[in-house]
Amino acid sequence: MLARHYIGESWKHGLLIIGALIVLIPFYMMVSMSLKSQQEIQSISGGLVGAQEIQTFPVCTKHGYTEEVCTMRPYKYNFWFAFKKAPIPRYLMNGLIVTVSIFLIQVLIALPCSYALAKLRFKGREFVFSMVLFCLLIPVHAIALPLYVMLAKAGLVDTYAALIIPWTISVFGIFLMRQFFMTVPDELIDAARMDGMGEYSIVWKVMLPVAIPALLAFAIFSVVAHWNDYFWPRIVITGNRDLFTPPLGIREFRGGIDSDEFGPMMASIVTVTIPLIVAFIVAQKRFVEGITMTGMK
Amino acid sequence: MGTISLKNINKSFGSTEVLKQLSLDIQDGEFLTLVGPSGCGKSTLLKIIAGLEQQNSGDVIIDDKNVNSTRASKRDLAMVFQSYALYPHLTVRKNLETPLKLRDYSFVERLPLVGNFVPSRKEKKKSIDDLVFKTSETLKITELLDRKPGQLSGGQRQRAALGRAMVREPVAFLMDEPLSNLDAALRVHMRSELSELHNSLKTTFIYVTHDQAEALTMSTRMAVMIDGELLQLDTPSEVYNNPSSLRVAEFVGSPKINTFAAQISSDGSVEFMGIKLERKFNTNSQKALVAVRPEHLEITKDSNKPAFEATVSYRENLGSDIFYHVQVDQSDFKIIVRGSPQAGLISNGETVRISLSHAEAMLFETSGERIR
Repeated sequence: MLARHYIGESWKHGLLIIGALIVLIPFYMMVSMSLKSQQEIQSISGGLVGAQEIQTFPVCTKHGYTEEVCTMRPYKYNFWFAFKKAPIPRYLMNGLIVTVSIFLIQVLIALPCSYALAKLRFKGREFVFSMVLFCLLIPVHAIALPLYVMLAKAGLVDTYAALIIPWTISVFGIFLMRQFFMTVPDELIDAARMDGMGEYSIVWKVMLPVAIPALLAFAIFSVVAHWNDYFWPRIVITGNRDLFTPPLGIREFRGGIDSDEFGPMMASIVTVTIPLIVAFIVAQKRFVEGITMTGMK
Repeated sequence: MGTISLKNINKSFGSTEVLKQLSLDIQDGEFLTLVGPSGCGKSTLLKIIAGLEQQNSGDVIIDDKNVNSTRASKRDLAMVFQSYALYPHLTVRKNLETPLKLRDYSFVERLPLVGNFVPSRKEKKKSIDDLVFKTSETLKITELLDRKPGQLSGGQRQRAALGRAMVREPVAFLMDEPLSNLDAALRVHMRSELSELHNSLKTTFIYVTHDQAEALTMSTRMAVMIDGELLQLDTPSEVYNNPSSLRVAEFVGSPKINTFAAQISSDGSVEFMGIKLERKFNTNSQKALVAVRPEHLEITKDSNKPAFEATVSYRENLGSDIFYHVQVDQSDFKIIVRGSPQAGLISNGETVRISLSHAEAMLFETSGERIR
């Protein structure tokens, strides 16, 4: 009986382990390749970190650096050369500006909308909400062209605005927050009204602090999606390299004479991924312990 | 001052009528309880008084001023909610300060950072601090001021919610079933505390409850509402002893009042279950209902007393009282009789003789109106 129980359990765990490996192996390869030399990558040898022999890198000298400068350990070379080849801090900065602005404006718009949809009674509320649901079904790619034309006519191509404006109204955010606000007791809102708050004060002073766990969940969706987005920046940033977001920046490592040099490329990817990973390790803790509704009942 | 009067209030949600032509006058300083079964519209009425809900027609008048179009916060009322509705992200102190800040600070003074530089804010802050401290002393929550609602027990949250209502020194307190989330012992305790609070504040209290025990114990007057109508408004003892209709009689009192079919002879004498009432009634109807509270029935061994026989089917021993559920004539007709523990326990299945203890009972038309 017991043995059979363990077999049943191990079967489940085995499946979960395989799933985890499928997700983690690319990460492992990314980190490993960012540390190893080109030969080790191509011959698939050297384990996680490789031999780390001091050597001179030919691609480096081709770029006009002296041999002395180009002689170092592979891990150091990969990261050094990645930063030399592309202005990665600038890309990270762009990514930060774009994702944070998008998220803040999304919250600014979604909170009052979802408050109205969840807690105020007005004619046509159900219709408006069904429109929100309908908008969830529209894929970005379907409206990309008209959006681009609009932005181009407005002269906004190759600006931060082009990266930010199309995403400021998040129907997903409105939907998510509306569902959360439905669970907030009406009495809390009534109490705020009795205390003398206006509807906007209620949104920002009562609903916002109460909704922090839900907002963090939404932040994860929003920031990941726009930090990693390649499609839209590729369309609206046509020439100005100063506006490249991290995924566009990584593209710099493809093509050209040294297109097959994976070390620096993977090093740049690691650099771009780390902020997200760190952000979510921090946020996860807040996410769990965040202000919950326990104070209510 | 805190007189509130409601004139012909109507309210419906969609096609459901919740309040029908309801009028009510509440005097200054009284503890008025709105009591009724759930769904009778009492909470809606309270929200209409508060200004959180708009009536379809009718007037709300507070201190001789029509407040129909006055915002909730400008009516100078304070409300205590069933779920307490404290701001979960703020400490008790901040919760208490919030209504005062919103009332006393100007827009500029309320701004974060900038507000600190407005000179008049300092004085106001001082008076707010004093009020918060005074209130927390009254309610004995001073040591809880820096905790958040999530760290408080039910009773403590209840006090904090009361405090948030009290700091504003409103013309009237509105309470929407404030004790129903507490456990039984605490509820009884808070009942006496609320009464004491009312005595010391001398402010109008309007208290909504479905619990008739709360209504009977605390209120100066109670208003019995059933199905959106105000059936009776009187002192608790008057409502209990002299209900205006059968619905009121059945709602107030636990266990429920017993009703019997009765025959009325042409001379006005009333007879039910073989018992004749002493009093004669002036009525034209031949059939009526006699209602007798369980404590006005007794189990008798005196064979001379007019009585009827019944079988004990269930016994509720509450310690101070015993209630016997008895079955009459083998039928499904059941009534409840109070017995005293001194008389000894009667076991299930025994046949007993039941008589009236005062030979007095209330008479109602079959439609429910009282015959006096």
